Amino acid sequence: MRNRIKHLFEQKQKGLLSVYFTAGFPSLNDTETIILELEKNGVDLIEVGMPFSDPLADGPTIQASSTVALRNGMTISTLFDQLKDIRKKTQIPLVLMGYLNPVMQYGVERFCQRAAEVGIDGIILPDLPLREYVEEYKELFEKHNLSKVFLITPQTPEERIREIDSHTNGFIYMVSSASTTGKTLGLAEQSQAYFQRVAGMQLQNPGVIGFGIHDKETFASACNHASGAIIGSAFVKALQEEGSLQQNIATFIQSIKN
Amino acid sequence: MSYHVNEKGFYGKFGGAYVPEMLYPNVEELRQNYLRIMQEPDFQEELQHLLKDYVGRPTPLYFAPRLSEKYNTKVYLKREDLNHTGAHKINNTIGQVLLAKRLGKKRIIAETGAGQHGVATATVCALMGLECIVYMGEVDIERQAPNVARMKMLGAQVVPATSGSKTLKDATNEAIRDWINNPENTYYIIGSVVGPHPYPDMVARFQAVISEEMRAQLLEKEGTELPTYVVACVGGGSNAAGAFYHYLDEPAVELIAVEAAGKGIDSGESAATSVLGKDGIIHGSRTLLMQTEDGQVTEPYSISAGLDYPGVGPLHAHLFESQRARFMSATDDEALQSVLELTRLEGIIPALESAHALSVLDRLQAKPSDIIIINLSGRGDKDLSTYLKHFHFDEK
Ligand SMILES: Cc1ncc(COP(=O)(O)O)c(C=O)c1O
Repeated sequence: MRNRIKHLFEQKQKGLLSVYFTAGFPSLNDTETIILELEKNGVDLIEVGMPFSDPLADGPTIQASSTVALRNGMTISTLFDQLKDIRKKTQIPLVLMGYLNPVMQYGVERFCQRAAEVGIDGIILPDLPLREYVEEYKELFEKHNLSKVFLITPQTPEERIREIDSHTNGFIYMVSSASTTGKTLGLAEQSQAYFQRVAGMQLQNPGVIGFGIHDKETFASACNHASGAIIGSAFVKALQEEGSLQQNIATFIQSIKN
Repeated sequence: MSYHVNEKGFYGKFGGAYVPEMLYPNVEELRQNYLRIMQEPDFQEELQHLLKDYVGRPTPLYFAPRLSEKYNTKVYLKREDLNHTGAHKINNTIGQVLLAKRLGKKRIIAETGAGQHGVATATVCALMGLECIVYMGEVDIERQAPNVARMKMLGAQVVPATSGSKTLKDATNEAIRDWINNPENTYYIIGSVVGPHPYPDMVARFQAVISEEMRAQLLEKEGTELPTYVVACVGGGSNAAGAFYHYLDEPAVELIAVEAAGKGIDSGESAATSVLGKDGIIHGSRTLLMQTEDGQVTEPYSISAGLDYPGVGPLHAHLFESQRARFMSATDDEALQSVLELTRLEGIIPALESAHALSVLDRLQAKPSDIIIINLSGRGDKDLSTYLKHFHFDEK
């Protein structure tokens, strides 16, 4: 089986739009609708958030959406059930993003197996340490053809970026600045220097910039420095506007792309 | 069996540093420097000086005659309640603030539950002239009002944590998020033996002064350094880690960790992690954790804000699994009874947290010749309104 993430980056090296949403938000069963609408509106890659009670790396918007999703009854099992037939409907690359503890309780092996069965292409677990991944789980992820995506930040030293690059095969998630998700300061000059530094490293994996991307301008600016950019909190916020999901998704994505 | 942290940051299978990349450089900086700085002679000199003249150490090891008589055994109290600011917490904040200074950090953040760690942090920040921000759950701000006032008086900014259960775990989340957003100028003074490596080991080392003194003091009083039991309450586990530290490799000494049972272990309102928790990850550490089947962290409950934490430090998870320590628990009501008992028998008003340790005295079945050291981690000033509410002195 080819990996859809790899395929995507072979087809498209610039201006790639990736969108994050929290599964189970606004309503428990919105997962499929959101994925299909995002695809219809021209999004290239989707990160499906698995809600956690204590999302350390997230700001208020994603925290709040996670709280609602959990209250709605979202679990990893439920999410896999919802995604059971997704590959009959779309071939857009799908990445699951969440925290390690719920995955650990589900069982990492069982998690990888189910993810592969429903057609997931990549996994992001920000609090799974690189060394533990390499020593304990890399083989398992690779066996199931799952790209393990790692984050880097402006503070990540060059040799560690190279180490991360050598252990992954999807893309590298470049956190734009030292922050939790949802800060909308724009991309500071400091970040530009960091983007250029990473671009100059000639890594084997493409880079996608995330955190703080929230409108057309920040998206375009991020795309100047990497293969694409990820929008999370701003999209989750947009889902809360009045009107139908379909409308909100279309309005938001078109505001970024056009 | 080793009860000390290994070079990868683990106690058995517990511990480690499960942090997102945004925190990695901060935690790495600390890991690479803490042992080196702690061993520097000028660091030790400054630390020892402050512990003695500022904190008031050594704290007494007090033989409690009437308590001993009641339980027909020998009960000693390690008087951490007599420390400056009223609890053991300052042993750690003094150490960490000196470390922060040597790392060139200008801004200090902390989380707090009962407010004792917040006060101890605000105090050392005032002493060193450093900016101080303390995260505290909204619920705790209400039930620990005197400590909130003290922190403000000391110049700290108290920021309410309004997510989740609005208690200690959420305050810790907020402090970690602050650290992510301020990676370069900020030092995070964690208040217990929790969080990613090297925090559990570092905090345990700063608290180890408790058992170091116990050994010398008991030798003087009883001709032996080794008691039969050392008893301490466990929230995150820092006072217990300090009280156990120099006894970990003395199998003759039974170590007793007392958790908060809240309204009863099976009541659904409890904080007894060793019984109710499972292997999991919280605040960057693999440890025992109260959680749902789906791995969502559950909201603990205890009348005592300082024990209201859904995990325990990884050292304690290891002491539990290896059975080096015996884990017991005390309910809200038992703790309250112990408060009154100690107050009336010895004239000492203990903190609610510390009272949990006292509550197991009648269950130890100690012999008259046994020696029990109870770590009296803090004083009860901060809990007076709770005590007044429960004891109704005016009506009697
Ligand atoms: C007096 C006192 N004892 C005990 C604790 C519990 O913390 P730990 O288990 O880290 O000692 C607290 C925490 O606030 C406290 O204030």
